Amino acid sequence: MIWQALTLQLGYNATLVALGATLLGIAAGVTGSFLFLRKRALVSDAVSHATLPGIGLAFIVMVALGGDGRFLPGLLLGAALSSGVGLLLIAWMMRHTRLSEDAAIGAVLSVFFGAGIVLLTVIQSMNAGRQAGLDTVLLGSTAGMLQSDALVIAAGGAVVLLLVLLLRRPMLAVGFDPDYAAVSGTNVGRIDLAMMGLVMAVTVLGITTVGLILIVALLIIPPVAARLWTDHALRMVALAGVIGGLSAYVGAAVSATAPALPTGPIIVLSSFVLFALSLTLAPARGGLALIRRQMRFRRRVHRRQGLLALAVGQTIHEPFTLALLRREGLARADGVPTDAGRAAAAKALLDEARWAALRADPAQGLTASRYDALTRIETVLTQDQIAELDRQLPKPKGVS
Amino acid sequence: MGAEFVALSLPPLLIGILAAVTCALPGNFLLLRRQALIGDAISHVVLPGIVVAFLLTGTIATLPMMLGAAGAALLAVILIEVVRRTARIEAGAAMGVVFTSLFAAGVLLLEQSDTSAVHLDVEHALYGNLESLIWLDATGWGSLVDPVALAGLPPELPRMAMALLIVGLALRLMWRPLAMATFDEGFAATLGLPVRAIGLGLVMLAALAAVAAFDAVGSIIVIAMFICPPASARMMTDRLGAQVGWSIAFAILSAVLGYVAAGYGPLWLGFDNSVSAAGMIATVSGLILGVTMLAGPRRHPAGLARQG
Repeated sequence: MIWQALTLQLGYNATLVALGATLLGIAAGVTGSFLFLRKRALVSDAVSHATLPGIGLAFIVMVALGGDGRFLPGLLLGAALSSGVGLLLIAWMMRHTRLSEDAAIGAVLSVFFGAGIVLLTVIQSMNAGRQAGLDTVLLGSTAGMLQSDALVIAAGGAVVLLLVLLLRRPMLAVGFDPDYAAVSGTNVGRIDLAMMGLVMAVTVLGITTVGLILIVALLIIPPVAARLWTDHALRMVALAGVIGGLSAYVGAAVSATAPALPTGPIIVLSSFVLFALSLTLAPARGGLALIRRQMRFRRRVHRRQGLLALAVGQTIHEPFTLALLRREGLARADGVPTDAGRAAAAKALLDEARWAALRADPAQGLTASRYDALTRIETVLTQDQIAELDRQLPKPKGVS
Repeated sequence: MGAEFVALSLPPLLIGILAAVTCALPGNFLLLRRQALIGDAISHVVLPGIVVAFLLTGTIATLPMMLGAAGAALLAVILIEVVRRTARIEAGAAMGVVFTSLFAAGVLLLEQSDTSAVHLDVEHALYGNLESLIWLDATGWGSLVDPVALAGLPPELPRMAMALLIVGLALRLMWRPLAMATFDEGFAATLGLPVRAIGLGLVMLAALAAVAAFDAVGSIIVIAMFICPPASARMMTDRLGAQVGWSIAFAILSAVLGYVAAGYGPLWLGFDNSVSAAGMIATVSGLILGVTMLAGPRRHPAGLARQG
């Protein structure tokens, strides 16, 4: 069943929904990347929660005008309007009051959501039968999605992607260094506004699929996961799109297989799995790489200290150091150095002595500051400089 | 009127007030430390904690729920720290990754497990059910001194009072070190204060407040009360003690006005049904914040204080 869903064999409607969700996921990952680079990821949380009163009001207005309250474009318009108001309020609060951005976000998020809940209960009481369906905006559902809805989402996602493609350069510039972008002629305020508009568009489109509580995950998790793999901005944006699209695709397909599998949470958890994999496996920033780097550092410290101990004839008691030196053939099991060990120890001692001489010279302060008891002096000084240094050293004594 | 008020409105009103104040107290410090959104994160992760506790014990008794929620809050704080450090990203994004994922897991668990027999669903988690916390044993104001009737009080009331007591006492005890660590963490650290432990303690207090309030009134009040009353209070004063005082006053005001507006407002306007009290309390707290932002004596950003 799941396999069928993943290979799009659950019928035309399910396929359409899955493709619409995928496009939405790509758009969310790509747009979220710029938000993440701008260090404003959580603004999307306020944007998404602030859509609720707009949805409620749109429903009430459409019913009052005699139409169908669940007409999707109408609901989306209402959602966009109220989250736009929320965004303007956040900007106003940050400029005109002493509140910081997180407080402004939290205030808008909770108050708008509260007001939205009030409106939902109003709708419940005014027309109980027709309210069914509005609940799905909270957690998303593709189960009852119409073909026209899926087309709206897919088309919206495509438009967002196109706009991002056009605006990618200025958005990157503003994300990395807003001050530099401003002096080089970019209108930072306008670009920020465009970015927020795109975030709003993704949020509004995602409400029916992922739900307004969890759409923020699709804007945050894929960029963070992608950031772990690369330091190249546009590659990260593209990768975030892939991760977002994949999560949304898997989520929509899997949730179509059973009624107890709500779409939004499945999409979010899919993206979290991809994030967790990235966090463990990513080559430079991943957890495994981090552990490997730390182990290597530990080995270097132990090796160096062990060799210095051998050089001055001390006994090594530390089991890890001893094992390390034995494995490299530098010492025997009883701690007595081998010939190779003696040579390495003498070299370490000489290195240490050269460093000591270097650090004693006030004129060499900057170079001497690179001393960390690990770096070999050859990596910071030229042969000539070392020869110069050696002339200041006391006569080397043989290693016993 | 009297008997009906005591039985139907007094307990939810009191619970609302207690919940609002319990959340507003730690909210003051979270706001000043620019961690306002921690409250948001915590109130989301409480859901999976409660669901897991329910799945493990099979009941919705208070203690396992509390432990589950507190465990989830702690797990979230640790996970946020791990993600932030390993991936070296800003705290906001790390928070976003963790709390949305945990919340999604909670929703999924809830949908997968059979909770139809107990009162546990996503809507309840989000906006609680303040209106249902009625006191059936009450016959009038006299019931307040009648031990038999008092035993029938909704259990959320004493629980919430207990949480307020604990949060209030803990803040009173760590007031000076907490204030120092909040305003100048570096200075506090040079004095030898355990700033990290203080920060974690504050987050745990917030979690306690969130968990207790969540059970009674849903997460929407929790987030609103963590942020709005302290933010309004921030517009009124530059002194910490006064700010906490103002925030308590604003929290009480929000709870009372919100509850009354939700319960009676629609009736006055000619509708039959009341609206969500939790949502209304959050809305009122936002309106109060709006007023203080427009007229509060200390509303301006630091550099613009004297320009009017």
